[in-house]
Amino acid sequence: MAEEQKFETEEKVERKQKTGMINAKELEEKYLRKGMMPHIFCTGCGIGTVLGLTLRAMEEIDMDLDNTVFLSGIGCSSRLPGYIDVDSLHTTHGRALAFATGVKITNPDLNVVIFTGDGDCIGIGGNHFIHAARRNIDITVIAVNNYIYGMTGGQVAPTTPEGDYATTAPHGNVEPPFDMSEMAMSAGATYVARWDLTKPVQPMKSIKEGLENKGMSFIELLSPCTTAYARQNKVGDIQEFWEWYDDRTMLAEEYEFEEEFSPMEEWEEIKEKMKIGVLKHEEKKSLGERMQEKIEEVKI
Amino acid sequence: MIGEIDLDKAKKAIGDRSQFIHGDTAVAYGALLAGCRFFGGYPITPASEIAEKMAELLPKIGGKYIQMEDELGSIASVIGSSWAGAKAMTATSGPGFSLMQENIGFAHMSETPLVLANVQRSGPSTGQPTLGAQGDVMQVQYGSHGDFAAIALSPNNIQETLDLTIKSFNLAEKYRTPVMLMISADLGHMREMVEIPDEVETFERKEPKVSPEEYIPFGKGEYGKEKVPEFGIFGKGFRTYVTGLTHDEKGFPATDDQEDHDNLIRRQVEKITDDREELTDIERRRLDDAEKVIISYGITSRSAMGALKEGRNRGEKLGYLRLKTLWPFPKHVIKEISEQVDKIIVAELNLGQIYHKVAEHAECEVALADKIGGEVHSPEEILAEV
Repeated sequence: MAEEQKFETEEKVERKQKTGMINAKELEEKYLRKGMMPHIFCTGCGIGTVLGLTLRAMEEIDMDLDNTVFLSGIGCSSRLPGYIDVDSLHTTHGRALAFATGVKITNPDLNVVIFTGDGDCIGIGGNHFIHAARRNIDITVIAVNNYIYGMTGGQVAPTTPEGDYATTAPHGNVEPPFDMSEMAMSAGATYVARWDLTKPVQPMKSIKEGLENKGMSFIELLSPCTTAYARQNKVGDIQEFWEWYDDRTMLAEEYEFEEEFSPMEEWEEIKEKMKIGVLKHEEKKSLGERMQEKIEEVKI
Repeated sequence: MIGEIDLDKAKKAIGDRSQFIHGDTAVAYGALLAGCRFFGGYPITPASEIAEKMAELLPKIGGKYIQMEDELGSIASVIGSSWAGAKAMTATSGPGFSLMQENIGFAHMSETPLVLANVQRSGPSTGQPTLGAQGDVMQVQYGSHGDFAAIALSPNNIQETLDLTIKSFNLAEKYRTPVMLMISADLGHMREMVEIPDEVETFERKEPKVSPEEYIPFGKGEYGKEKVPEFGIFGKGFRTYVTGLTHDEKGFPATDDQEDHDNLIRRQVEKITDDREELTDIERRRLDDAEKVIISYGITSRSAMGALKEGRNRGEKLGYLRLKTLWPFPKHVIKEISEQVDKIIVAELNLGQIYHKVAEHAECEVALADKIGGEVHSPEEILAEV
């Protein structure tokens, strides 16, 4: 028995070394709450992929599951903490970052990770979002941006591109969209990355770097909503959706190169694309460190 | 983890044993003595002084103060802190209390111990920020949507404000629930001599003694109170899923099942209402031969005491009943008193809130001595309704 276990472990280690990943079955066994299945996500939805990438990133850094708290607000992506076998707080709409602030300050040893959506994060939760970034609190925010309010049936979001359709923008959206990553950077987050889910490795690497960063990390993942967004905007099936992403995103380095060197008429088309990649990574004292220093200074 | 609960350190931070302080400071002192080590604040008149005192003293004893971006955030941070293991609180007034209602509901649904001091002012809306009122005594029980049972205490002097703040923390931990300390601008900003107690009796959170697999975070308590489950603090390996959705005993969403919702909410309500008599704290004066009784609470009871004395001097057979527990509403006491007297006069700083609860349970005539505008009643104004 002991021999078999040892062998299995060695086999796992070997495969991990070879592929850099453990397989889905092993991930499921180690990380998921069995009692929560089946999950709620639609066919073709990207949120399950986000979960898989997150678990692989956690596996890479060998995260201590007993010392980790996942939080979320309300919406499709906010259901994710329920599936992971860790302490988790599924809170009210938009407020997860404020709850997370209380958790992290109270016990700085806990790893604190938040799943949020575009509406949850920058719509109803916008104020908490900018202030968490300003404080550079040591938490990791994984924001699933699907350009729409999915759980409630496809209403227009602060991220919905201008002209796109939603149930509450039946004649086309007249508002310009928010860029969450730009907001995170300017508000003070120290690690910011954005990827679409057609990239298999880069988002996972960014989540890993975010988890390791000692400060506010913001990872925006562009994720297809096949039910509420694709249907109303006639994107097509999931393969077409993924091509659609390729067409609408550009690596940050390329984007900046084009900005400088492409002719005006070409740039006019390019500039509407979303920059993807690691957009910011800097070292700065976190809120917890600053608070602890102050306590050392004034304690009796 | 956050600074350990050390009473001597708290007393050292507080300073002199006798102090001439206002109600807001008394709340802060009571909290520190009870073991509060986290305060999520947001400025609001007339409660800001509580946050200011906590911001000054908490870091000195290893506790944490954070000023959040709004009241939605301050109450949220307190709930997060409580799950991470701290005795935690916030303080606010009417407009902030209105903003906090959603997460107060979350605290009830997730059975999160916390204390909220509400230094009441008038409303609706911004109203009279610097003047006292008792405008939130119904909101505290009915402000958040759905069914829940609030615990709300109402002191009438500064020493009692300190003492009931300690009691609020103890009840929050004992019942795994948010507890509201309801004072008003008058008490918050009024100064009296206060004695810092030498010994403080505290109730510590009941943590599970079973394995994570056996732990039931939202069902029956294994020890202590049957309807109050133990609290598995985050980071201790219990891997609890806490949600505002209707959930089963393990914490998993069970939103479509009538029975699951009924079981959960009834238990949450009954863990408090079953102990209504134990939770009831009442001050009674001159009730033996009383034919009429003035019922009041908080700052208003000081005017009611004046009315009692003046009325008795005039030969009126008056009695006095003060509610230190507003919620769960002491309906059994109202019923008992109303069977002895001919008339009840409810005095409060609003246009009638607790009056409606008294009228619901009283067998006799009930009159209302209401007052709004930021001044307390004169004894004469109460006697006019006698």
